[in-house]
Amino acid sequence: MNEPASRPNPPAELVHKVELIISNILRGGVILSLLLIVSGTTLSFVHHSDYLSRPSDTKRLISSKTEFPHTLKETLAGVRQDRGQAVIVVGLLALIATPVIRVGVSIVAFVIEKDAIFVALTTLVFALLLLSFFLGKAEG
Amino acid sequence: MTPLVFTLVVFGISLAAGLLGSLLGLGGGLVVVPALTLLLGIDIRFAIGASIVSVIATSSGAAAAYVRERMSNLRVAMFLEVGTTTGALSGAYLAGHVHTRWLFMIFGLVLAFSALEMFRHRHSDQSPVPPDALADKLRLHDSYFDQSLNKDVAYRVTHARLGLALMYVAGCVSGMLGIGSGSLKVTAMDLAMRMPIKVSTATSNFMIGVTAAASAGVYFARGDINPFIAAPVAAGVLVGAVGGSRLLGRIRNQLLRTVFIVVLLFIALQMLWKGVHPS
Repeated sequence: MNEPASRPNPPAELVHKVELIISNILRGGVILSLLLIVSGTTLSFVHHSDYLSRPSDTKRLISSKTEFPHTLKETLAGVRQDRGQAVIVVGLLALIATPVIRVGVSIVAFVIEKDAIFVALTTLVFALLLLSFFLGKAEG
Repeated sequence: MTPLVFTLVVFGISLAAGLLGSLLGLGGGLVVVPALTLLLGIDIRFAIGASIVSVIATSSGAAAAYVRERMSNLRVAMFLEVGTTTGALSGAYLAGHVHTRWLFMIFGLVLAFSALEMFRHRHSDQSPVPPDALADKLRLHDSYFDQSLNKDVAYRVTHARLGLALMYVAGCVSGMLGIGSGSLKVTAMDLAMRMPIKVSTATSNFMIGVTAAASAGVYFARGDINPFIAAPVAAGVLVGAVGGSRLLGRIRNQLLRTVFIVVLLFIALQMLWKGVHPS
């Protein structure tokens, strides 16, 4: 019972290759978002030199009435105006998208591995994620 | 506190959160939310938004390393994710109809009991794992490279059906209470499915990131993700999680399990407290 005999395993080399691709996508997403977040933060501090000395600015920035981009349109407009906060938001969105893209890529990976059960399972998960995203949006 | 000092303080706290979260498969909200609200007086809305970001950052930061070292089990993750996502959907639906107070207490008791069970079975790594037809069929068994032992460790997964049911419950709980359920996920993989603790925490890490990403869009649209707060959280947690994932390979399973049990007890008390003193 060492190897389940139900089906032949795909070649280990192929599986390994696919895993490496997934790993690299994650790494790319993480590095990209980190770069954007750090440069956005730097940009904010460069534009507002009083951020280094004025405590009242912190109160304003964390107050529940503070304004920052929270739609794609505002974010893109902010990036065009070279605003640090908008660049940070783009980085955060890249970070949020990374796991979703990973699930999508996993579907492709299981297709390549010719693993029908897992193609179905992963597609189901992907669909459920999208469903919960849109249901949540309707509520909010 | 000037914005610069604030950014540095939040970055430091998040570094620690990412390290702990990636090691234990818990996502880091555990550290980030109380630190932001109690220590820095931040609005709970922004704290939760930042915590969602921190969960995704922990997950992605750690997973990049874990997949390469085959630490997280992708097949188990996808199989269980079916339970978590359907559970989360039912939980969100039920949320308006149940008393969260009792839920927090029940959840707290379950976690305390799990911690006790894990402590009782702390030496059970060596005993044989009972065969499971579903786990065979789905080919959930795998191996990982354990740096602390300097060898490949093959492991078998069991009770796949029970694991799936527990994930549904875990998803339900997180949907109803609005909390991450990494603690329940790791516990279920450890106690029911008998996976090595390192694989359990790494796989849980992957799963909580996927689940959090699905809800993050909503938080973003609602304006709960404040970039001034979320930026140092994301950056700190990412760096911490990469560090934690390096450490996970070298740490001994026994030690990791002990740390997990202690943290689990802490979460259990936190949940019981929330049940007794609803805010």
